Amino acid sequence: MTIDENEAIVKFENVGLRYGLGPEVLQDVTFSLAPGSFHFLVGPSGAGKSSLLKLIYLALKPSRGLISLFGRDIATTSRRDLPPIRRRVGVVFQEFRLLNHLSAFDNVALPLRIAGAKKSEIQKHVVELLSWVGLKDHLDARPPTLSGGQQQRVSIARAVIARPKILLADEPTGNVDDPMGMRLMHLFEELNKLGTTVIIATHNNMMVEKMGYPKMHLDEGWLEMVGDGSMSAPAPRQTDFEGLI
Amino acid sequence: MFARRSDLPLDKDALSRFLPWLIAFMVFLAVMAMAGVLVLNTVAARWDRGVSGTLTVQIIPAENAVDDDARLQTVLKILTETPEIERFETLGDDKLLALLEPWLGTSAGAKDLPLPRLVDVELKSGAKLDIDALSRRMEARVPGVSIDDHSIWLNRLVRLIRTVEGLASLVLVFIALSTIGTVVFTTRTGLALHRNAIEVLHFIGAQDSYVAAQFASRALTLGLKGGVIGLFLAVPSLLGIGVMAAKMESGLLPDITLGAVHWSALAGLPIIVALIAMLTARITVMKTLARML
Ligand SMILES: Nc1ncnc2c1ncn2[C@@H]1O[C@H](COP(=O)(O)OP(=O)(O)O)[C@@H](O)[C@H]1O
Ligand SMILES: [Mg+2]
Repeated sequence: MTIDENEAIVKFENVGLRYGLGPEVLQDVTFSLAPGSFHFLVGPSGAGKSSLLKLIYLALKPSRGLISLFGRDIATTSRRDLPPIRRRVGVVFQEFRLLNHLSAFDNVALPLRIAGAKKSEIQKHVVELLSWVGLKDHLDARPPTLSGGQQQRVSIARAVIARPKILLADEPTGNVDDPMGMRLMHLFEELNKLGTTVIIATHNNMMVEKMGYPKMHLDEGWLEMVGDGSMSAPAPRQTDFEGLI
Repeated sequence: MFARRSDLPLDKDALSRFLPWLIAFMVFLAVMAMAGVLVLNTVAARWDRGVSGTLTVQIIPAENAVDDDARLQTVLKILTETPEIERFETLGDDKLLALLEPWLGTSAGAKDLPLPRLVDVELKSGAKLDIDALSRRMEARVPGVSIDDHSIWLNRLVRLIRTVEGLASLVLVFIALSTIGTVVFTTRTGLALHRNAIEVLHFIGAQDSYVAAQFASRALTLGLKGGVIGLFLAVPSLLGIGVMAAKMESGLLPDITLGAVHWSALAGLPIIVALIAMLTARITVMKTLARML
């Protein structure tokens, strides 16, 4: 699957979502994101930010409308063909969702193992990335023994280790103080410079205004694109993580 | 060994601890049932071989013993004239009394009972003797003679053995079904228990087969563990039964020790059960995940 520079990497058309028989929590959501773009997903609590991200990482199916990722209509893609698509989408879950019985190393290694990477490669990349997020001394630590901020960094490392084409982060700075929040934001910016399309859900308006990226504004299930909604990408560069340090 | 590194804490749930013991029990029962089938098979074959090709001619006692002797001589003469017969032997009174001892006791009076004369006859191997014709020829010259070719007795015995064998095979089928049922249940419970972790694996891009492989290798390991325990429990029991049977030294029970082939078939049972467990776990996960996620 090759990605056309100009083709939308994420495309929603009239997407509606309801949980069970409840009201629609997303209504007529239509947008498309160019490869390499950077967006903040903002809106009050309960507006549907997490729900929108779940649709993109294929945790939910829309009640109506069309979703395509990498130019493929998800509704007509067979279950068997979804995992390769999922591997190109990195997710920082709002509640981390680390596997508590695995070490920080093994948690971060998971996407590479699933993709069938070589053992030596896994070792090298995981250690490199965990060092980069300041967890060099916690490779063997289980998540429950780590602080909230440390767990957050493990979950971010897991989301980016396999160099996803899309990075989704749900309130990734919710558990850390502002200086750490800014550091993590810069990490996402660096990734974006390497070609990854980034969507960050947050209600930290100060940070959003400071960084000045376009916004996807959700309110009671309605989406409004604010700023340049189809900001085009810098050409993706093939760089190793060393380039980021 | 078999288990690759597991991403799911499968060995930490209680079900994983209970499964090997359940499988051990299943394998124990399976080994016993299968040993039974193997032994009965051997017994049936040996009885068949040992008894077919022999006849017993019985001369019912007449009023006086002198007559009986004359009738016996006639019978022996007829037997000698029959070409299909390899050899025959008249059972003496001593031997006869010894056979009847369990019923009559050793009392002196028993010697005065009118006893039938018995002649053991052995046919030439492969010879086809028309028993009915022989029987008619004898009856014509010596009334009160009967020929028993053991076929009724043998047929009944073989039918009995086959029935017991059938039941034992049914037991094996039930054991396989219970094993499958148990593994389905524990796997489903494991899937529910680790749902959160499985979902995460799934979002990260794991195929169902990736998750299934973890359950399958776990089931294989637990199955082998349980199977070996079951086998180790069953072997002393089997040896014990063998020793007891050998002590009986009864003509009724042929030698029922198991051969090398039998032992290796029994040793294969834990492997078969473990493979059943592995396959069941895999299929269960694949089916459940297709519905669950
Ligand atoms: N699993 C669920 N079942 C039912 N309703 C849900 C579920 N998840 C979210 N909702 C509802 O959907 C709406 C949007 O929720 P969410 O997407 O979590 O918003 P946000 O992330 O912006 O706070 C809320 O009204 C919430 O109550
Ligand atoms: Mg949310």
